[in-house]
Amino acid sequence: MTDEKLVQLLSPEGERVSHPDYTSSLQHDEIFAMYRDMVIVRRLCNEATSLQRQGQLALWAPAQGQEGAQIGAGRAMQPMDFSFPSYREHGVGWCRGVPPEDMLRIFRGVTNGGWDPQKYRHNLSTIVLGNQTLHAVGYAMGVQRDGADEAVLTFFGDGASSQGDVLESFVWAASFDAPVVFFCQNNQFGISTPSSVQSKVPLYRRAAGFGFPGIRVDGNDVLAVYEVTKRALDAARSGGGPTLIEAYTYRMGAHTTSDDPTRYRIDAEVEVWHHRDPIERVKSLLVHEYNVRKPQFEVIDAEADELALKLRSDVLAMGKPEPLTMFDNVYTDVHPLIEEGRRDLVELGFGPGGDL
Amino acid sequence: MATTTMTMAAALNEGLRRAMEKNPKVLLMGEDIGKLGGVFRITDGLQKDFGEERVIDAPLAESAIVGTSVGLAMRGYRTVVEIQFDGFVYPAFDQIVSQVAKLHKRSDGAYKMALVIRIPFQGGIGAIEHHSESPEAYFAHTAGLRVVSCSTPNDAYWMIQQAIEHDDPIVFFEPKSRYWEKGEVDLDAPPQGLFESAVRREGTDVTLLAYGAMVKTCLRAAEVAEGEGTSVAVIDVRSLSPLDYGPMVASVEKTGRFAVVQESVKTASIGSELVAELQQRCFYSLRGPGMRVSSYDIPYPPSRVEDEFRPSVDRVLDAIDQLMGFEQ
Repeated sequence: MTDEKLVQLLSPEGERVSHPDYTSSLQHDEIFAMYRDMVIVRRLCNEATSLQRQGQLALWAPAQGQEGAQIGAGRAMQPMDFSFPSYREHGVGWCRGVPPEDMLRIFRGVTNGGWDPQKYRHNLSTIVLGNQTLHAVGYAMGVQRDGADEAVLTFFGDGASSQGDVLESFVWAASFDAPVVFFCQNNQFGISTPSSVQSKVPLYRRAAGFGFPGIRVDGNDVLAVYEVTKRALDAARSGGGPTLIEAYTYRMGAHTTSDDPTRYRIDAEVEVWHHRDPIERVKSLLVHEYNVRKPQFEVIDAEADELALKLRSDVLAMGKPEPLTMFDNVYTDVHPLIEEGRRDLVELGFGPGGDL
Repeated sequence: MATTTMTMAAALNEGLRRAMEKNPKVLLMGEDIGKLGGVFRITDGLQKDFGEERVIDAPLAESAIVGTSVGLAMRGYRTVVEIQFDGFVYPAFDQIVSQVAKLHKRSDGAYKMALVIRIPFQGGIGAIEHHSESPEAYFAHTAGLRVVSCSTPNDAYWMIQQAIEHDDPIVFFEPKSRYWEKGEVDLDAPPQGLFESAVRREGTDVTLLAYGAMVKTCLRAAEVAEGEGTSVAVIDVRSLSPLDYGPMVASVEKTGRFAVVQESVKTASIGSELVAELQQRCFYSLRGPGMRVSSYDIPYPPSRVEDEFRPSVDRVLDAIDQLMGFEQ
């Protein structure tokens, strides 16, 4: 990691780092707000893991360790920008205003979506790796045609960087100068496959081959991620075309609750990354530079606990959907096979007022 | 009634033009569709008249052509995608099946995947490999998609416009071997709904069901059979998903005998579905089993032998003879 240029504005110890091209524009209250975001998102994420362990969720994909990358990127967006996540961007969803319980609905098995993507300008989770990057570019081509002052931000991981769709989306974005920013969270693993197997060159350098800028940022430095993403989005919005951002980070937890990372990585490595925690370094900055004291941090911890409790009760209240709703919105218009299926379930007693 | 005679290729071109004039949100995207007008010239002149922003010459990657059309649909655009040849749609298969077909449902109706995926399909033009396939069953098998095919210039003109106006994603199969055949086009009113089958010829002994290029093959077979004293009905299936059984059931109940004639291979085909469903619906009227006249279950062969591979008039007549040979 140290051989490569990497934008960093805050060291793992929480000390300011100067950079020739970037300076942090964030004020105390904004940094404090991002700290709050990260603490809450981690707390909610841990609650979701507990819920899965207790059999209340089918699966959970933890984002622990990646809060700096996600909150930095999410906060860099303008309200009218549009984000296209993969499936681990809970922090971005939080920044876009998606209710946390809605992000868990898919994992509860009550929907394949969860929220209205147009209301929050944050697309639904895309589980097939890399598919969303093409949607983002297409959406950005629509923005161009509308002459709108908007940018598009799409997320994927080091694992998805091997997918044809991601590489095709680079081609399209470059050819059409689309107002899109590619945000790759290099969390070092695609389940068990190390990042080094996905790419022989640092991922951000791929952009050069496609004809647009690539930049590597310390993904655990929320201040740096914010500045780098904001500048890339501004460039996209003002006709500067795409940028690839590689946020160099680490997935502290498992790929999902079905994964066992002890089979493929060593404790010593995890330990190294513990010292680079994205939350701790901001806390240290807040203490040393802004004199934030324990009670103020405790207020946030209490708020996070409260939100976690609410999340838990919201999830537990999500019951089995009415079976007949499975036929809704498959098509926009009448369809004989939908009518046939619905009729069949009703006859079997699964309809409203049925026996079952 | 204003009618004019034109080829299917010209009818598609006119239909696209009319849809683009009507709605500024309609875009075209595909390989070589702009300056060149497409390898079959279906989009000839459209980029000149509507500009490069609306008729998009795409880099050569089918998944991206469909994938970016999904993003455009999320923003309210209605993209008509041209897949250059049937055998080149597979790189886009993931986007079509995993995203195009499912996003309306996944978003609880928030997104409309109003895009049309045009695919020139079937063989008969002496082409090299990957240029003559019939992949329609893959798409008909996927819930969330609608699949249609035109067989006449009039249908081509109207069905492409109806497909563009519809809010569901539609895979639109064009029989490339019929692109240059002429027919009457009624410029005033569509002949019928997009998802309806059509009786092309009435008959009392045997019902033939076909779509795309095989409709004409069946009509020729029906003429020959008539000369031999057998009355054959021909139904153009038109909508491969959903299937419109009304006219089919009516005809099969009358004739008691039916065969599906298709250029695709037999196994797990549109014909398989039609035979299963019609046998169930028409069971008490049947005087023999439903039959399938298909291409053989092998990869599309070198074109010098494609006439022996695809159903011919003779093979259709054979099926008619077999059907007439079943005794009660």
